[in-house]
Amino acid sequence: MLAQLLQFLFSGITVGATYALAALGFTLIYNASNVINFAQGEFIMLGGMLAVLFTQAGLPLPAALLLAVLVPAVVGVLIEKLAIEPVKGAETVTLIIITIGASLVIRGLVQVFLGKNTHSLPAFSGDTPIEILGATLMPQSLWVLGVTAVVVVVLWYFFNRTLTGKAMLATSFNRVAAELVGINTNGVLFMSFAMSAALGAMGGILITPITLTSYDVGIMLGLKGFVAAVLGGLGNGLGAVVGGLLVGVLEAMGAGYLSSAYKDAIPFALILFILFFMPRGLFGAKVTDRV
Amino acid sequence: MHKRAYTGLYIVIAVLAVLPFVLPNSFYVDLAIRMAINAIIVLGLNLLIGFAGQISLGHAGFLGIGAYASAVLPSHFGWNPVLAMLAGALATGALAALVARPIFKLKGNYLAMATLGLGIIINITVRNEAQWTGGPDGMPVPAFGLFGFELTSDKHWYWVVAALLTVSVWASLNLIDSPFGRALRALHGSEVASRVVGVDVVRYKVAIFVLSAVFASLMGSITAHYVGFVTPNLADFFHSIELVTMVVIGGMASVYGSLIGAVLLTALPQALATFEGWETVAFGAILMVCMIFLPKGLVPTLAAKFGKGD
Repeated sequence: MLAQLLQFLFSGITVGATYALAALGFTLIYNASNVINFAQGEFIMLGGMLAVLFTQAGLPLPAALLLAVLVPAVVGVLIEKLAIEPVKGAETVTLIIITIGASLVIRGLVQVFLGKNTHSLPAFSGDTPIEILGATLMPQSLWVLGVTAVVVVVLWYFFNRTLTGKAMLATSFNRVAAELVGINTNGVLFMSFAMSAALGAMGGILITPITLTSYDVGIMLGLKGFVAAVLGGLGNGLGAVVGGLLVGVLEAMGAGYLSSAYKDAIPFALILFILFFMPRGLFGAKVTDRV
Repeated sequence: MHKRAYTGLYIVIAVLAVLPFVLPNSFYVDLAIRMAINAIIVLGLNLLIGFAGQISLGHAGFLGIGAYASAVLPSHFGWNPVLAMLAGALATGALAALVARPIFKLKGNYLAMATLGLGIIINITVRNEAQWTGGPDGMPVPAFGLFGFELTSDKHWYWVVAALLTVSVWASLNLIDSPFGRALRALHGSEVASRVVGVDVVRYKVAIFVLSAVFASLMGSITAHYVGFVTPNLADFFHSIELVTMVVIGGMASVYGSLIGAVLLTALPQALATFEGWETVAFGAILMVCMIFLPKGLVPTLAAKFGKGD
């Protein structure tokens, strides 16, 4: 009983950490520009697929992983420079379609050049499971959780203790005011795309040894990341992390105890339920409109 | 404005009347039918997105409810197809109203999330309940009959769909010029201002959302009967996106833009089929380029350029 519960909890937190990283990506871009970046899931996919590609090409693991984070970051920056900055101030739905167009381009290119096959990546430190109270934990899960924890701490430090981070926060509060005090808000937008692409890619790389990857995994992972971001209250960094873990755990529990066929529906049912009763998510700020 | 709006309607009628006589073969008739069906759905969706300023990323889900009502109820329970179609529309309307009420107190991105979630849940349900729906493989749909007359040939379907499209365009034009339409445009312009002048914002948003969902459900039924087969792809996330894209590429808040958007995006996959393997890349790139250079959509941008209102 307890062992089973623990087992679901472990796998839930592991996947949830990936959702959390994706949700942080959504949050960063949303705060810098009010854009919901529907290409976020493709960064997760790119991270995993590129890590596979680079390791198979014979690069040593650390170099391969670094490249698999950097390349998506460059792709993110390209999207921002070529497709988002030129249409700043367009309607929400226009921006949504641009990011969806970008996600189709990325997915299509990966499909053309890397094929439709499913790939796996060897776990970073072996496959010997660790037994805890009758449940097993894969060493890779520790990697996922460890890296996510480090990322959260680094981000906290960045936003609270560095000038660039504070500039990004200021922009998210009030863009015009931020510009007035001399913050380069275009630079902030640029940074936020680079960072959220890198975050997504990290999640994608870390989870690949556990869940495998292929050119089309980005859609669902990205949408669930979006659910996590909304669940935590869109724009709230801490909320995004909590939302991600919560979505992961509830999905794993639902799949284990209720129905594995409806596993993918659980996050979406959850978000509908939450929006009904807590319309701004768990930690969303109360917003008043200025007329 | 009135006169010009109706000139457009006459052009639509003329094109629809001439089309079957100039189309070279049944491939093009089929394409024309699918364009017209999409155009009707997009007209409804544009009322929501373009006029009321709300986003739905789950409209294919509503389409799916209609389609599967028309497939499942007659095949498994022997329902009359007309009854099944109405039942689907009714269920869709009820579901949309149920979801919309709390959601419409929120803004843009939350509604996008809620509709997206709803659409995905509908799709997953259809895929999983294989004993009723045939699962991922889909299921056949019985022919559509009314008063002992069965719709079978493409030509018959063409005239039915063309008539529906004409009525829909006419109804949309009238709706926009009605007090209801003015209220919608007002709340797109400024919610607070419209509330000040006495517009019940939430009620109007819910009404237009339900209306566009019912449009989609009815056309889902029509699609199911016309094609004679339904698969879950009809109700998937990508199809929802396609529908929204038709609205935006044609032009938000433009009746004729909806038609242009539906025609172009229904034809596009056919045109791209020659790109073997590169279809997805090309489709995505075209979406991006259109939106970057014509962020307001084709018809409004061109209309502004040549100095005519729509």
